Amino acid sequence: MRVVLGCAMSIWLAACQPDDAYQFASDVEVEGDAIVRSLEGKAGNAERGLTVFTDRDQGHCVLCHAIEGLDVEFQGDVGPPLTHLGDRLTEGQIRMRIAGAQKIWPETVMPSYYRKHGLNRVGREYLGEPALSAQQIEDLVAYLSSPKA
Amino acid sequence: MKWLAPVITVFTLAAACAPAPTADETREKLPASDLTSGYKFLQADTQALQDDDFANPGFLWVDRGRALFAAAPQQSKACAACHGEDGAELKGAAAHYPSVDETTGKLTNIEGRINLCRTRHQGLEPLDYETDDLLSLTAFVSHLSRGEPVKVDVSGPAEVWYRRGEDYFFTRRGQYNLACNQCHNDNWGRQLRGDTISQGHGTAFPGYRFEWQSLGSLQRRLRDCDAGVRAEPLAYGSDDYLAVELYLAKRAEGLPIEVPGVRR
Ligand code: HEC
Ligand code: HEC
Repeated sequence: MRVVLGCAMSIWLAACQPDDAYQFASDVEVEGDAIVRSLEGKAGNAERGLTVFTDRDQGHCVLCHAIEGLDVEFQGDVGPPLTHLGDRLTEGQIRMRIAGAQKIWPETVMPSYYRKHGLNRVGREYLGEPALSAQQIEDLVAYLSSPKA
Repeated sequence: MKWLAPVITVFTLAAACAPAPTADETREKLPASDLTSGYKFLQADTQALQDDDFANPGFLWVDRGRALFAAAPQQSKACAACHGEDGAELKGAAAHYPSVDETTGKLTNIEGRINLCRTRHQGLEPLDYETDDLLSLTAFVSHLSRGEPVKVDVSGPAEVWYRRGEDYFFTRRGQYNLACNQCHNDNWGRQLRGDTISQGHGTAFPGYRFEWQSLGSLQRRLRDCDAGVRAEPLAYGSDDYLAVELYLAKRAEGLPIEVPGVRR
């Protein structure tokens, strides 16, 4: 009985603790502030990444971020500009910031796009899925680390 | 049956799993010196529309509400029979809502008060949120407080409601895992795409939104913000939204009522 209860407790803790026990949508290896390997082994495509970045129904990152020279009106400024991001961050660091910003900065308003556990009252249509797929995130990483961004 | 115990434990614990709101001492409140209406963040032409009683589309509902207020439903008294012609006795009243109803002990917003009058004094059925009649009556009654500074009582029986509303405001939710304070305390004035994030005051509502092509209640606006972070919106009239209305009113204390406001 104790064993079972202990087990129940650990399930509870795993699902509840927001920061230390932060869980990605799939098994992900974190090294420092980076995820070095691509998510689910997917290869990114910068063209598609541009669409994920701007499309209202995908990442819609322009809600909060601006990129100089990007032909989209009304880009947001809640987050920092991401122009030439590849000059500042490695692919692994960019991947980590998109997949799990709240793991690095627990208080940030930047959503964690590759997370589905430990969240509160997620809308029915989004339940059980991360906000972006591994493929979409890899496409973003390719776009943001390319000289185009 | 013994095996059930741990199973039940798992479920109860899981149910308790919703992230706790941030602790009281880490809640950064909006400084009173910063208090600013959402009106200030609107485009000039939207402000002009709100300011012009003849062009402001919200007045369609206010005028309809005035007519409903004056008309005696069959076998019953008109609102005006108790509250004066054109609601003379209700001037300023809406600025002090939500408030706790003495009879039921429940927190009551303007919509709820109108429905209490219907069921208690007029022998009528309550009206649903976002029906034309309830929006019109709410807009009319609230508009009688236009210019009046918000001031609500959060002591005594209202205190638990206030705390509950505050908890809601500081609790992260949805797939984006964001709380109201993260946008409306920490990031107001910044651009979220085409919107300038305001401080999230409710003083314009019921208000007309271009996005709705209609007048809508404050709770409709709250549901939009919940949906915006990909959280499941709560039902209209839920205790949590009532509590949030009270928290917002206290937080906005001193700002004038703007009903009918015009927003994007
Ligand atoms: C609701 C606002 C918001 C949205 C939406 C958002 N971000 Fe962010 N982002 C931020 C903020 C704020 C920061 C700064 C981190 C901090 O200090 O909180 C940030 C930081 C970042 C960084 C690190 C930048 C640096 O200079 O270190 C990257 C990369 C990034 N965001 C990419 C994205 C991508 C890609 C998307 C869309 C899939 C996105 N963001 C959507 C608010 C947002
Ligand atoms: C991701 C950012 C974000 C979050 C989180 C958020 N809102 Fe908003 N809210 C907005 C934007 C954008 C608007 C429209 C522009 C404005 O008026 O601020 C808005 C508008 C409002 C308004 C209308 C203000 C006016 O003057 O018209 C209220 C009231 C409000 N929000 C309350 C809330 C409450 C309560 C919560 C939490 C349940 C919340 N918001 C969560 C972004 C957000």
